[in-house]
Amino acid sequence: MLDLRWLARSPTALFGALVLTAVLVCALFGPLLAPYARSDRDVTQQLQGPTATHPFGTDENGADMVTEVIHGARVAVLVGLGSVCVSLLVGVSLGALSGYLGGWVDEVIMRVIEMLLAFPGILLAILIIFITQEPSLLTVIFALSLTGWTGYARLVRGQVLVERERDYVEAARALGLPTPTILARHILPNVLGPVIVQATFGIAGAILAEASLSFLGLGPQNTASWGALLNQGANYFLIAQHMALVPGVAIMLTVLSINFIGDALRDHLDPRLATQPQS
Amino acid sequence: MEAGDSSGGSAAYWVRRAVSSIIVIWGVATLVFVTLRLVPGDPVESILGEQALEVDKEKLRQCLDLHLSLPVQYGHFMVEVATGTFGELCDQKNVTVRDKLLESIPPTLELAVASMLMAILIAIPLGVISALKRGTWIDAGAAFVSLLGLSMPNFWLGPMLLILFSITLRVLPDPGAGIEGLAGLILPAITLGTALSAKLTRMTRTSVLEVLGQDHVRTARAKGLSERVVVARHVLRNALIPVTTIAGLQLGALLTGAIIVEKVFARPGLGSLLLEAIEMRNYRVVQGCVLVIALTYVVVNLLTDLLYTRIDPRVSLTR
Repeated sequence: MLDLRWLARSPTALFGALVLTAVLVCALFGPLLAPYARSDRDVTQQLQGPTATHPFGTDENGADMVTEVIHGARVAVLVGLGSVCVSLLVGVSLGALSGYLGGWVDEVIMRVIEMLLAFPGILLAILIIFITQEPSLLTVIFALSLTGWTGYARLVRGQVLVERERDYVEAARALGLPTPTILARHILPNVLGPVIVQATFGIAGAILAEASLSFLGLGPQNTASWGALLNQGANYFLIAQHMALVPGVAIMLTVLSINFIGDALRDHLDPRLATQPQS
Repeated sequence: MEAGDSSGGSAAYWVRRAVSSIIVIWGVATLVFVTLRLVPGDPVESILGEQALEVDKEKLRQCLDLHLSLPVQYGHFMVEVATGTFGELCDQKNVTVRDKLLESIPPTLELAVASMLMAILIAIPLGVISALKRGTWIDAGAAFVSLLGLSMPNFWLGPMLLILFSITLRVLPDPGAGIEGLAGLILPAITLGTALSAKLTRMTRTSVLEVLGQDHVRTARAKGLSERVVVARHVLRNALIPVTTIAGLQLGALLTGAIIVEKVFARPGLGSLLLEAIEMRNYRVVQGCVLVIALTYVVVNLLTDLLYTRIDPRVSLTR
């Protein structure tokens, strides 16, 4: 895994890695890097297009867009990583249990998944945010994880169903190892490849989902989310196009970069796809 | 694999699928009911504000069934869902949520169908060409464009298209100028269909590549059939089956995407109704919209499965 040669083989993935590094640096050190404080507003410079002092222009309050976009990186990274981590934790454990134990455990988990999957896209998240009224970052992460884990659970369950019949698992059972040990030590390491690939795309999906929620005014309140900036910008797109353009490009570049890396990672980890029959 | 199963087995499968769909629908309705009752504080106060008159509060409480015990509320709710009225509106006399929904569904459906058609019309040729020209610059270009399409948020693409086509080039109707008819549908459909189109392009490519590697294609080529005939008769037919299924399964994504696209283009529809209801804290309408979207999704998935077994007799869903 630590061998990063797969990354170097793909120019697009390399590009993605560069962009993501920049996004991560902004997320970590945002307030130090931003040219202005978020509270800095120059009322004489409202809705300004790009200038030397404000390379991405200013918003309707005269706040600097570079500063806003840098702060937005933190929200995107927190929600993207946060919701995927929660989803992975829940999805991988429940999926593994479901596949390994079978029986009523499997039945119950699969029915719950079916029910949650009846809510397409961000619908359930919208409902959760509706009832919380003042959504925070944690609410949004929770709302997105609520359906997010189901994909990992199904993937892991399918893989575990195959693995549990293998000889090495039989051997572990014969040695009398407890189920959690067999799952964690022996089965999971063998099924993680596709899970990692899916998690990569999951981060991109979560960032888009958070931006969508924020665009609808249902994102984390009082944060500089890119989606919220875009929502704000959409009100002025007749007179100040940069306000919608800048956060949109930030979202797109970030998501595109993650997808680039996901594609390269899949080619690397999933040899079935890499060795497609040559026509 | 019990391919070519007797029709008896498949009938049993469909009965089981139908029953399990009904259970899922019941579960979804219950989940929505429970979720909406988890709202902290008094929903009546959150709708009317704390300063509202006690009389009005009481009236709304009665209307929303909140004076009843939870099991009775649940009973009422289930009757409303089963009869499809989804309850009466509290701020308008003799208007049910169903009336609101019936007004809003057609424009959303129109948008979803237009986006689906657009996505398919672009994705299938592009996916097929990129598979046939695998490894060339055409393939690489198509791959890049699809990844771009997947990464572009629709709430960004929409305004950008508006700026380009309605404001700069002035070839399509102005935003906000009473968008009617086909011309008004073009930009929203492109906005909503782009991500789906990108996804389907990738699927089509993979699917065609898979079929190209199969024995029957080699046989067809060995028989000396022209490449055109091989592709049209032997490859496309088999390759497009999984693609149609995936397209069907994406309807749900289109319905939630419509929420955003309707907001971007200020179009009426299910999404606008939902957003307006969220803002007004109109519980019944929120409940109705969420249920209708989820139910549509479950039913479409069931129909897609049915269609899949019909067009590909090799597929047996009986386990």
